[in-house]
Amino acid sequence: MSDAMPSALEVAITLDGRDTTLEATPATSLLRALRDAGATATTGACEQGECGSCSVEIDGRVECSCLVPALVCHGSVIRTVRSFVRADLADALAEHGAVQCGFCTPGIVVAAEAALADPEPLTEHGVRESLAGNLCRCTGYEGIIAAVLRVDEARRDASGRERTG
Amino acid sequence: MSVESLVDAPATGASPIGRSVPRPDVPPKIDGSFEFSNDVSVAGMLFGATVRSPHPHARLVHLGISAALSTPGVVRILTLDDVPTRARTGHIVADAPPFVDGVARYVGEPVAFVVARSQELAWRAADLVEVTWETLEPLTDPDLALTPDSQRVHPDGNVIRELCLERGDGPLTADVIVEGTWSTGRQDQAFLGPESALAMPDVDGGVTLVLATQDLHTDQEQIASVLGLEEEQVRLVMSGIGGAFGGREDITCQVHLALAALATGRPVKTTYRRAESFLAHPKRHPATLRYRMGADRDGTFRFVEADIVLDGGAYASTSGPVLGSACYFAAGPYRVPVVRVRGRAARTNNPVCGAMRGFGAVQACFGIESTVDLLAAELGIDPIELRRRNVLAPGDEFPTSGQRVGPSAPLRELIDRCTALPEPAPLPGDPTHPYDLPGGTGLTTDGEHVRRGVGFALGVKNHLYGEGVTERSVATVTVTANGATIRSAAAECGQGIVSALAQIASAALGGMPVEVEPATTEAGYSGSSSASRQTWMSGAAVRQAAAEVAARLLTDAAGRAGVTPDDVELVPDGALVGDELISLDELVGDEPIVATTEYRPPRTHRGDPTTGQGDVHVSWMFVAHRAIVDVDVELGLCRVAQVATAQDVGRALNPREVRGQILGGITQGIGLALNEHLETRDGHVVNNTFTDYLIPTAADVAPVEAALIEEPDPDAPFGLKGVGEPSALSSTAAIAAAIRTATGAPVHRVPVRPDDLLT
Repeated sequence: MSDAMPSALEVAITLDGRDTTLEATPATSLLRALRDAGATATTGACEQGECGSCSVEIDGRVECSCLVPALVCHGSVIRTVRSFVRADLADALAEHGAVQCGFCTPGIVVAAEAALADPEPLTEHGVRESLAGNLCRCTGYEGIIAAVLRVDEARRDASGRERTG
Repeated sequence: MSVESLVDAPATGASPIGRSVPRPDVPPKIDGSFEFSNDVSVAGMLFGATVRSPHPHARLVHLGISAALSTPGVVRILTLDDVPTRARTGHIVADAPPFVDGVARYVGEPVAFVVARSQELAWRAADLVEVTWETLEPLTDPDLALTPDSQRVHPDGNVIRELCLERGDGPLTADVIVEGTWSTGRQDQAFLGPESALAMPDVDGGVTLVLATQDLHTDQEQIASVLGLEEEQVRLVMSGIGGAFGGREDITCQVHLALAALATGRPVKTTYRRAESFLAHPKRHPATLRYRMGADRDGTFRFVEADIVLDGGAYASTSGPVLGSACYFAAGPYRVPVVRVRGRAARTNNPVCGAMRGFGAVQACFGIESTVDLLAAELGIDPIELRRRNVLAPGDEFPTSGQRVGPSAPLRELIDRCTALPEPAPLPGDPTHPYDLPGGTGLTTDGEHVRRGVGFALGVKNHLYGEGVTERSVATVTVTANGATIRSAAAECGQGIVSALAQIASAALGGMPVEVEPATTEAGYSGSSSASRQTWMSGAAVRQAAAEVAARLLTDAAGRAGVTPDDVELVPDGALVGDELISLDELVGDEPIVATTEYRPPRTHRGDPTTGQGDVHVSWMFVAHRAIVDVDVELGLCRVAQVATAQDVGRALNPREVRGQILGGITQGIGLALNEHLETRDGHVVNNTFTDYLIPTAADVAPVEAALIEEPDPDAPFGLKGVGEPSALSSTAAIAAAIRTATGAPVHRVPVRPDDLLT
């Protein structure tokens, strides 16, 4: 290991709709660069892609931001929970007791909205699979799963699309 | 799926008690604006990184900091020489030095604290600190540590606590006797928010910390003691807590940060990484429980004899009271005329163990419930029926302490309600989804060798501290023209204490809107958010304070209207006298109405020094779990198909949050039953990552059927009982029992491993 720290480079991104400049060395993850820039809505609990807390959307794909070097995101459009949060899902999560400590919640919201974007109606198994990469230590997941299923159904009703039997 | 039943219909009536009121912390947690302790920052802050012992047992020969210190960006490196006192941390027994003092006793013990301009720099410089160690033989077997001629792990000796409980004179004989030895894993709380805090120097020579802790005042006392400061000079401000479960009761980074802030004169922050977090906080004790138990032919329990050894790791943490809990619940919630329990918590060079949800009673539950199942098999009596014949009822004597059981002990109802809950669909002959089978999407099984088992277990634990520990909580309620505020030091870990306190105050104040101020040490002592105590303790304090304020409002309003206080009713925006509303503004004016009260529950006592007998607890929480588990008997893989539970909650203050505690605790119980064990080899932790330490995911958890039994506790505010811990008590034991039924394997340990199930 070199004793000297590599100097930081500037990374220009669009973060939740705003032009933003991050600072990063080659060793800096996107998660760390975001948080160092004060964008702390995205949390991180493991920094090795296991917990899903740091889930963000990078150019349309949901990724663990702890696994992505910030430097490769130059020019990317990045959306965090701040972009994804919608009132119907927020209400459903709150009503179903899907939030306790809340540390996993921003990542859950990103993963849930990614699942809800599926054109097919969601199933319980499908939601479990979609959320299997997001650890929650408090709630036991059931409230989260129920909330996502309810929102899926309500959005389908609202859009007049076909519902499951 | 039963999850839709979690949404409660809004209750009717004015009182918020018993309603699933919204929690104020939830919306900001969903939109990402909530501030956790690792989100906190101030201009000009520095960052700290901890240098830790890589050895479970080693003499510190030399600490070379010059290379690290000369790294650009490094500001200061703190070692034991920088600590102004010889004080130790540990809130039960102060036995842990802030940095290794001569000998490192576990892997991860702090050696030095590097302060640098960025977190990354601090971590890199920490790797450059040169530590010369003389490695020593680690002592990792708790049984060996308890032998008289064993090497001493710590100057205080290897026995952190020994407790013997003796009740009844009869001989330890019976028509039918069974024996079993059971053991449990080293479960980590694995809260998601890593340890993190910010310390700032104050002008008076003191320090302010913004942190996440389960107990502000206990931290304050320990930090002040090590720094040689007056307690008033150490100010703590609660930040957002990313889960706790007992893992934030001890000092981790607090003292290092406070030292660093004072040494540099600048704010200093640190955030642990996950691998470090696993090493840094005390966890659930691995336990070995050796049982003998006897009964008459008709199933009447005659005696329980248990020998319990807890592996406490290198420092005491809360091992003493955890051992107390393990021993006092070693005979379960049963009538047993003769009880002999010997428990010992041993010091070893393994990771430090302390508090985790269930606090010793989880281990005891696995021991007694497994033994009761052995007895049922030997007697040829259905295990649920055997329990029904022997459970405690109000007025009985508690089996281990002799304490009289109060009126809220609905054990038969728990059994009946739990066993009556609907069962899941039969094991599918043609599974529609891999999640329905053991092994899940690994597609390891075609279902041919899958057997279903049903297991049942009862759990019991006290709420509140017990064993004579002073128990109190202080709260302040203030009413201004704008409404009411509560000042309390109670820690909100996600369990919902903030909304619970607001509910209680609002109920006393005619439905007035109530805000809860951020918790700080400026508020009175509340004690910890642990031991299923905080809603009871701080709820009672808030209720008293709010009642005092309400009485003054009623008197004032009555005086203005020329009536008696009985003719006045408080309403959300003031006081009603007949049809006339006196607004809060008129009532309160410029002079806020304030009441601060201290609540103390009924006293408990330390048990008799020889027999442990006495009124050691305030009262108890009881719970029943039925687990249905599918096991591939060829592969030893398990899948929990359903957990049903009936829980004795006294009175459900907020049913949605009570259910949240039930679901969360059961999930941690599934974890301990099937996966969770922080493994060590010769004292070295081998799985301190979320890749290797597996907590249940959305794909692993089972549907839960829950029944709440509301049998009010007469000593508690509103009759409520603690609800945080019971769900974690017997869910593990019930799952183990179900696996035994499915496989015929003895399942002597949890977590169960596939090779335990293969013959």
